[in-house]
Amino acid sequence: MDTATPAVTVALHDGTSVIASSGQVDARRHGELLLPAVDRVLAEAGTKLDAVTDVVVGVGPGPYTGLRVGLVTAATFASALSVPVHGLCTLDGLAYAAGLEGLEGPFAVATDARRKEVYWARYEDARTRTGEPAVDRPADIAGALAGLPVVGAGAVLYPDAFPDARAPEHVAAGALAALAAERLAAGQEFLEPRPLYLRRPDAQVPKNYKVVTPQ
Amino acid sequence: MAADEPLVLGIETSCDETGVGIVRGTTLLADAVASSVDTHARFGGVVPEIASRAHLEAMVPTIERALKEAGVSARDLDGIAVTSGPGLAGALLVGVSAAKAYAYALGKPLYGVNHLASHICVDQLEHGPLPEPTMALLVSGGHSSLLLAPDITSDVRPLGATIDDAAGEAFDKIARVLNLGFPGGPVIDRLAKEGDPASIAFPRGLTGPRDAPYDFSFSGLKTSVARWIEAKRAAGEEVPVRDVAASFQEAVVDVLTRKAVRACKDEGVDHLMIGGGVAANSRLRALAQERCERAGIRLRVPRPGLCTDNGAMVAALGAEMVARNRRPSDLELSADSSLPVTEPHVPGADHGHGHSHDHDHVHEISKDNLYS
Ligand SMILES: [Zn+2]
Repeated sequence: MDTATPAVTVALHDGTSVIASSGQVDARRHGELLLPAVDRVLAEAGTKLDAVTDVVVGVGPGPYTGLRVGLVTAATFASALSVPVHGLCTLDGLAYAAGLEGLEGPFAVATDARRKEVYWARYEDARTRTGEPAVDRPADIAGALAGLPVVGAGAVLYPDAFPDARAPEHVAAGALAALAAERLAAGQEFLEPRPLYLRRPDAQVPKNYKVVTPQ
Repeated sequence: MAADEPLVLGIETSCDETGVGIVRGTTLLADAVASSVDTHARFGGVVPEIASRAHLEAMVPTIERALKEAGVSARDLDGIAVTSGPGLAGALLVGVSAAKAYAYALGKPLYGVNHLASHICVDQLEHGPLPEPTMALLVSGGHSSLLLAPDITSDVRPLGATIDDAAGEAFDKIARVLNLGFPGGPVIDRLAKEGDPASIAFPRGLTGPRDAPYDFSFSGLKTSVARWIEAKRAAGEEVPVRDVAASFQEAVVDVLTRKAVRACKDEGVDHLMIGGGVAANSRLRALAQERCERAGIRLRVPRPGLCTDNGAMVAALGAEMVARNRRPSDLELSADSSLPVTEPHVPGADHGHGHSHDHDHVHEISKDNLYS
């Protein structure tokens, strides 16, 4: 599952292929949408949650309060079912999905970080990220990414900076699960299931105490 | 403790405490709390994003700690309760998401409950079943209300509330003026013990004959105390911190207890429950005791640890919901930062509760996976 972007997406993968999946784009209702989506996906697959052996969650980067919905849901499932929970970078899921749609490297992935910024990373190919995800203003990285296709909603939003925008726009849990299944089979490492915020919390230290007596 | 009483786990994340409590009926089995208050201290108040991040870190470990402390298996739970509001939206969302996932994974009923009603219901863990109706004075950093609850699971009526600052907020602000740090309640309580509460006559808000009898106002008091301190400083005199603390505190608890006792008399209720973080204040407890005794009212105040935000209070209300067969919430339960106090819990959509969330996204939930 992944709730790091406006998409709320859930998929069930049996190690070979995606059995059922759900994707809804609604940046404001991650909390309401996720559990019913899990339930729907399991029902469609004709199975129940306790059959799941591994939980995979997109850890962002993501600006939305919704990012935490997926992470806490995944961690709670894992605790209740006594199964492992694996973290994957949400951008890696998008890169992998772009690969499934035929995009070969090199390319970049960019999602909407709001505040006129994007979360982004470069990829050698659909499975290989080069460098850590970052958050920047589109104009500040346009030069560095010039000539590269850019996957995701972050590219679509800023056509001046990223003229060669590519699909998909949003992450799909099916791609994330397929990538995870590959990594599990190959015995590869995952990220800790902890959020990639890439920004410090907005915390205004209150100004020095203001005098209330009229001068 | 009867084995057939409902065993409920409660999750609370409405502000800066990640709380998970477990109760059986009216018996407390576990009360695990992880607080991020120290992280907020240098900001002089709770920073929502910092609180939300801390809840995510602490959520699952706190659930596991509570289960261990209670010595029960998650499989034996009869329900999962969670604060669905009111509170900080992002903070509530972490607890609500965890509760939904936990209930779903275990196949248990889910109860989204009201934070304020939980503050009242927690007293069942200390003093046994609540009398009906219950008169409650809730005072904390976020709320100051007088509530009449004929049935804590279904009928809670607001008689009055603060029209500006919450009582606990006033403590925090005065502590800041006096450079005493955050939170302000405990330190002012401590200093006030060595001061003279009658040394400075600070105003009692909304106590005039034409004022709303059960509403509170602490903003004027706060300004008045700040002015008094500034005048001293401007005159180059030393501020008598202990006397200011005692006189300020006296003004707050005088109004709180006076109005609460009056509400009991007016409504013919012969006992008073006081809850919320400010209920830990020693002077409030003492003055309430004195005035209740004089008026023939029985006072019920939980121990300080149960007055501040915690998961046990949520579990206590959840257990009452189970015991009274209240309808569980559904999987679309959302965090509602302004959940009205008149809604002690948020039953599933079929019940048509007062909130009009749009339901264009209602999906067929397989009954099998729900509360099986
Ligand atoms: Zn509270």
